Amino acid sequence: MTEQSPVERIKRDSRNLRGALVESLQDPLTGAIREDDTVLIKFHGSYQQDDRDIRDERRRQKLEPAYSFMIRTRLPGGVCTPAQWLQLDEIARRHANGTLRITTRQAFQFHGVIKTELKTTMQAINASLLDTLAACGDVNRNVMASANPVETRAHPVVHGWAKQLSEHLLPRTRAYHEIWLDGEKVSSTEDEVEPLYGPTYLPRKFKAAIVVPPVNDVDVFAHDLGFIAIVEHGELQGFNLTVGGGMGATHNDAETHPRVADVAGFLRPEQLLAVAEAVLTTQRDFGNRAVRKRARLKYTIEDRGLEWFVAEITRRMGFALEPARPFRFETTGDRFGWIEGFDGRWHLTLRIDAGRVADTARGPWLTGLREIAKVHRGDFRLTPNQNLTIANVDANARAFIDGLVVRYGLDRHARATPVALNALACVALPTCALAMAEAERYLPRLTQLVDERLAANGLAGAPLVLRITGCPNGCARPYLAEVALVGKAPGRYNLFYGGDGKGQRLNALHLENVDEPTIVAALDTAFARYARERTAGERFGDFAWRAGLVGAQAT
Amino acid sequence: MSANIATTLPLGPLDPERTELLLRVVESLEPSTLQWLSGFAAGVAHERAGGRPGVSLPAGPVVAPAARTEPTARLTIVYGSQTGNSKRIADRLGRAAEALGLAARVYAAGSYPVRDLARERMLVLVVSTQGDGDPPDDARGFIEFLQSRRAPQLAQLSFSVLALGDSSYPKFCETGRQVDERLAALGARRLVDRVDCDVDYDTLANAWLDRVVTGARDALGGNAQSATVTRLRTAPTEPQFSREQPFAAEVIANHPLTGRGATREVRHLEINLAGSGLTYAPGDALGVWHANPPAVVSEVLQALHLDGEQSVVLDDTAKPLREWLTTGRELTRLTRPFLTQQAERSKDTRLAGVLQPGHEAELRHALKDLQLVDVLQRHPAEWDATSFVKALRPLAPRLYSIASSQEAVGEEAHLAVALVDYELDRKRRLGAASAFLASLQGDQAKARIFIEPNERFRLPADTTRDVIMIGPGTGVAPFRGFVQHRGAQGATGRNWLFFGARHFQSEFLYQAEWQDAVKRGVLSRCDLAFSRDRSIAREYVQDRLRRVGKDLYSWLENGAYLYVCGDAERMAPDVNAALMDIVAEHGGKSRDDADAYVRRLADDRRYLRDVY
Repeated sequence: MTEQSPVERIKRDSRNLRGALVESLQDPLTGAIREDDTVLIKFHGSYQQDDRDIRDERRRQKLEPAYSFMIRTRLPGGVCTPAQWLQLDEIARRHANGTLRITTRQAFQFHGVIKTELKTTMQAINASLLDTLAACGDVNRNVMASANPVETRAHPVVHGWAKQLSEHLLPRTRAYHEIWLDGEKVSSTEDEVEPLYGPTYLPRKFKAAIVVPPVNDVDVFAHDLGFIAIVEHGELQGFNLTVGGGMGATHNDAETHPRVADVAGFLRPEQLLAVAEAVLTTQRDFGNRAVRKRARLKYTIEDRGLEWFVAEITRRMGFALEPARPFRFETTGDRFGWIEGFDGRWHLTLRIDAGRVADTARGPWLTGLREIAKVHRGDFRLTPNQNLTIANVDANARAFIDGLVVRYGLDRHARATPVALNALACVALPTCALAMAEAERYLPRLTQLVDERLAANGLAGAPLVLRITGCPNGCARPYLAEVALVGKAPGRYNLFYGGDGKGQRLNALHLENVDEPTIVAALDTAFARYARERTAGERFGDFAWRAGLVGAQAT
Repeated sequence: MSANIATTLPLGPLDPERTELLLRVVESLEPSTLQWLSGFAAGVAHERAGGRPGVSLPAGPVVAPAARTEPTARLTIVYGSQTGNSKRIADRLGRAAEALGLAARVYAAGSYPVRDLARERMLVLVVSTQGDGDPPDDARGFIEFLQSRRAPQLAQLSFSVLALGDSSYPKFCETGRQVDERLAALGARRLVDRVDCDVDYDTLANAWLDRVVTGARDALGGNAQSATVTRLRTAPTEPQFSREQPFAAEVIANHPLTGRGATREVRHLEINLAGSGLTYAPGDALGVWHANPPAVVSEVLQALHLDGEQSVVLDDTAKPLREWLTTGRELTRLTRPFLTQQAERSKDTRLAGVLQPGHEAELRHALKDLQLVDVLQRHPAEWDATSFVKALRPLAPRLYSIASSQEAVGEEAHLAVALVDYELDRKRRLGAASAFLASLQGDQAKARIFIEPNERFRLPADTTRDVIMIGPGTGVAPFRGFVQHRGAQGATGRNWLFFGARHFQSEFLYQAEWQDAVKRGVLSRCDLAFSRDRSIAREYVQDRLRRVGKDLYSWLENGAYLYVCGDAERMAPDVNAALMDIVAEHGGKSRDDADAYVRRLADDRRYLRDVY
């Protein structure tokens, strides 16, 4: 047997994710936790980070890095109540850096929570009837679902499945309750079993999503496990199963790459949990535990073949999948503004750039949403595009909500260009430890530059899916965008062209390791050709392939 | 080094067992201590050869206690020193007396055998006053004895007192004044009247010193023996650079130690000693001659409506006024004498009122919080340039505990300097010395410095002893040197640090180094107290001490040395009170016994303080 990655040892020795977290939290000499515990705390929904902007400054001050923690909630399908919103808002202002961040996986993130406030914050989150368990780590993460699930009767049903799936795949360890919630200690952790995961959990993170066509907002092909709802006459018939998608890659490592999931067959709604469990346990048993960057399900399937994989899950399920049903996607983007639901209630989707809800020069958004939450009687939905839907509004309450939206500058969707409306960015600098370049902080300038080049070439208002990440791990799903920047070094990116705008085709590298002037010049050239040579209705991502900007001819 | 001694030391008259014993003692000692030891041994030999029994250890490398003289025909010099100034003058006096052929002995007040007092004929005291009229730590026992009913009548005694102090405190030279009055009350006769010296003590002290030695020679007259003083070290080679002749040292690093969000800035400075021949031991201080910040000088000139370029002649020196104010005079600290003059000149009754009896609290507040320029602006008065310069105290150097060990940093001395920078009525007020040090940036940056030894704040020579260090804020500075030193020595005794500040994130001075020391095992324990952080219990070091009192007491019982450095006004008394409580509680002692226990610690030089 090949040697296992060090993380495997940490998990195995952790007594079901306990490690030395309690001791780490109590060490007064440092704002950090022990190295092994930085692996384990992810399973509890938190990452240790530090303010990289001042890392060198603090080194010279003979101070340790400015450590703080990011905390991510588990929020299946991205739904929360106004009461919860108010509690989370308070947590953000009291314990974190005064911002709430909507992630690309429909969860909330708090940033800048210091170690000595970590436990209080965790308790406050749990007091809002949310938790953070398994929001990160080598387990099934937050389960995503199409964000606007109230257009047909099938939408709420699908949403219910997302919630059930999330609960079903949760770890069973009591460690979370012991460490954060002062739960009673398990007398012997040897008696405690993880029925689904076992003592070493999964080889790597595991992402699941459920989508309701024709809007592929969740990017269903970017996940380890996906379900495409098949709805006929407004009723849910079942799901097509997708397996083996994933965005993560490592620069200059041909062994790693993003992958679009395979469609494996069709299943009935009541079979969903059994199918998910079979997929997860197969990956648990066959995933690569020696090399972490090859440990995602996509590589297991690639190495062993889809046929083998389907046979293995069939054996585990005890039943076979039916042939996949037809489906069609039109877009990955959100539909902004007001939409009427099947039951006559209304839903307002707002643009939240990079998902950052904060009081900034752009507008007092955090305050505004707090005011809305105080009066709103429906719920809130975080979209996979980092936007926010104020959902289930009575028709007669619309005007009042509209008034608040305008008053607090939350009406950006009414003014922004299509590029700005659909762009995604991960957090990157200064907090993300993996970031090699800016992403969220650079997004406003980047969208402006792209819009300028479009306008200069007579393309103002053209739809374009633009995404940027600070590293190749792909949190903002860049490899499915029509134009993507993936961070290489400060101020330098790999430039990708060629997503299809529907989340079904990967883009490809156009230029490697280039700076802003080179990127702007390349876009200008490409847009000029696109403006001249595009066919009717042809998207830029499609044109890029046809024109040979990427693909065989380009390399 | 030990191997070196073992191979080169002649066995001499010692048997192997004693040789080994001696080597073990000698091994860990620093050169200065070794030199002292040789003198001590000589003194013992002298006593055995016919001197009085009961040799008492002198405080340090000073003149021998051992001169065989008639008890009456001898000059005894006792000093009470906190920062080393009194000691320096006492040593100078001892040398001067020697030069005149007088038998003299020099004692730290804490080492002086008080039962000898009744037999003294000529006693000279050099004593400073701390903070709010307190004696130096080391002199407490001596003064308590003197003030007590046990003190003998001293009709046979001639004496003189040199009082050192700082006129920016209300009870200026209080200790010297008390001692002077008490000796007189006990029947002693003043040989030379008491002199009170301010921070710039040199001129007055030298004049007093001349009169004392002359007076002593005349009084002891023919009785005075020719010099039989046993030198404890070979003629002390005065280092080339000194307080009077400072070394212009390069500042090779100068950056903040505090992070964003800190309530005040503390800077780390690295001073290059290369080429100076200066050396120091952990615990010593670095003296810095600063220049007043140009902005402060300009503000003062403006307030006075005086031209900075006009020449002022004083003490046969002609310099432009601006230069007098920049490098010649204290320009930030207020003194009582200056306030008095300003009150007279301004005819401002409010200012005069502060100086009246019954207004001590206001005066203390004014001396502490106001700067010279504030008084000039608030209570304007007419000054001519010469009178003004005359009214100000000469510039005095500032002393900073050295934050490094030469074992670790070689020919460098490191400082941790708290920047005095605050707003008063929306005007920025800078501390002169800290602002000067902060400004020393770039290749050309130099500071005029000297080493100020502090024998009263030394690591135990025995490296197996445990060490407890209590140093909140910049009080942690000498302990960085201590820990560096103990690490380099491979000391087997444990090291326990108490540090406190307002904020963990931004004010945990030298955090990364303490973490590293803990990792390497050099620091056995590190207890922290932060007083303004929201999410952790707000504590001061004394609170922290109480929490771990049981362990602390057991360390003390185990022979640990306890060091306190930092604020004298509040921290040191609070820590002392905590210590008493800990000893009472965990030692099961009464108040009085706990008090005696702590006092004994101090007497045994295991409870040492460097507070200011």
